[in-house]
Amino acid sequence: MFDLDPSVIVRAMPALWNGLKFTLLLTLVAMSVGIVVGTLLALMRLSGNRVMRGFALGYVTVMRSIPLVLVIFWFYFLMPLLLQMTFHTERPVQIGPVMTAFVTFCMFEAAYYSEIIRGGIQSISGGQKQAAQALGLRPSQAMLYVILPQALRRMLPLLLTQTIILFQDTSLVYVLSIADFTGAASKFAQRDGRLVELYLFVALVYLVICYLLSRLSKRLKRSTERTA
Amino acid sequence: MIQMKNLSKWYGDFQVLKDCTTQLSRGEVMVVCGPSGSGKSTLIKCVNGLEPVQEGQISIDGQPVTGRGVDLPKLRARVGMVFQHFELFPHLTIVENLNLAQIKVLKRDVTTATSKSTALLERVGLKAHAHKYPIQLSGGQQQRVAIARALAMDPIAMLFDEPTSALDPEMVNEVLDVMVELAGEGMTMMCVTHEMGFARKVADRIVFMDGGEIIEDVKSEEFFSAPRSDRARSFLSKILQH
Repeated sequence: MFDLDPSVIVRAMPALWNGLKFTLLLTLVAMSVGIVVGTLLALMRLSGNRVMRGFALGYVTVMRSIPLVLVIFWFYFLMPLLLQMTFHTERPVQIGPVMTAFVTFCMFEAAYYSEIIRGGIQSISGGQKQAAQALGLRPSQAMLYVILPQALRRMLPLLLTQTIILFQDTSLVYVLSIADFTGAASKFAQRDGRLVELYLFVALVYLVICYLLSRLSKRLKRSTERTA
Repeated sequence: MIQMKNLSKWYGDFQVLKDCTTQLSRGEVMVVCGPSGSGKSTLIKCVNGLEPVQEGQISIDGQPVTGRGVDLPKLRARVGMVFQHFELFPHLTIVENLNLAQIKVLKRDVTTATSKSTALLERVGLKAHAHKYPIQLSGGQQQRVAIARALAMDPIAMLFDEPTSALDPEMVNEVLDVMVELAGEGMTMMCVTHEMGFARKVADRIVFMDGGEIIEDVKSEEFFSAPRSDRARSFLSKILQH
């Protein structure tokens, strides 16, 4: 049996708390930007313009076909070289791990959110669009005031589920040596040789947060089913 | 007021409208009837350009609906439309349903729009429900809201696409009452409906369609007393049997 020493968690607490704050911030930013950009991508996918449709389709397909870790690596290692070539600087333009984390997560999540939102828009009946148009609303107004609000509301449970996945995926930033929640725990665990206590504790925290969020998602699902 | 000239429309190879020509004068009530699949709903949706036509011309109040460079949204704002399935916006309250296009299209301010909406809701007997959501209302109530929503735009004509077909029988009359009242006030109306009692009571003209064609286009008394075509006769006998 292991000889558990809970005090190591207490000692690590300040670092873990900072790590958790970073994880939550990354989740929140990637979610917000992801949903906004995802909505734009979904609208492009459904637009009559072939170029926009093609771009959105390409973007979503590429992002959804590459592992997230690879996207992070690409951005971290290749973007500096690309920027160097573009702006003819002497050295590669370093982006830094934190910036890389934020940008890649926003870009990556946008692709996933856009597919959910596109499904939501397509699930709204054509009659709603006709009713909006019959009142003299322009197509963009019909989308903004009639279709999108309903689509987002209907897709709320799925958007939240995607956010839970995102929250867990943020732990991948360890490949950039960022001290997010997992990263901070990992550093302490290896320094003090207390892997079991710390990884157990971290897993427990992820579990509690994700469980609460999925409960919320289920409740939302039930309430949207009632009103839809 | 509304003119349709030689309208033809195809879905792929299938021709849904065949050379349809008719017109509606100011203050006139026209009822379009016919068996299902005869093209009546398609015809009425062509009037405000919700369905495009491949051939023919439509104009409303002298303004062309068909052809290039037509500002359809501007035109639609002047013609009210009521749908079979109400199509209220479920995420908005009743009064917001009535306000939306007034504010976004007619650029009325919220106070003006709200007082207009409230007056119309009172008229259809639903003022007390102004702050409920559509789902909280019965079908008949929802359809009356939909009529009020169309009227809030101060339309020059109203189009009704089977407004009572999705309703439970006991709710049909409350909707028809509103429509009868509207007709009495001199509103120009085009109604696709199977309610022959309503047609007999308020329609000035009956258009009978079958297979995408306008078979009869006559004064209402004439249609009911002496339908000229066999198809209209057999339709009437089926519908009036019980």
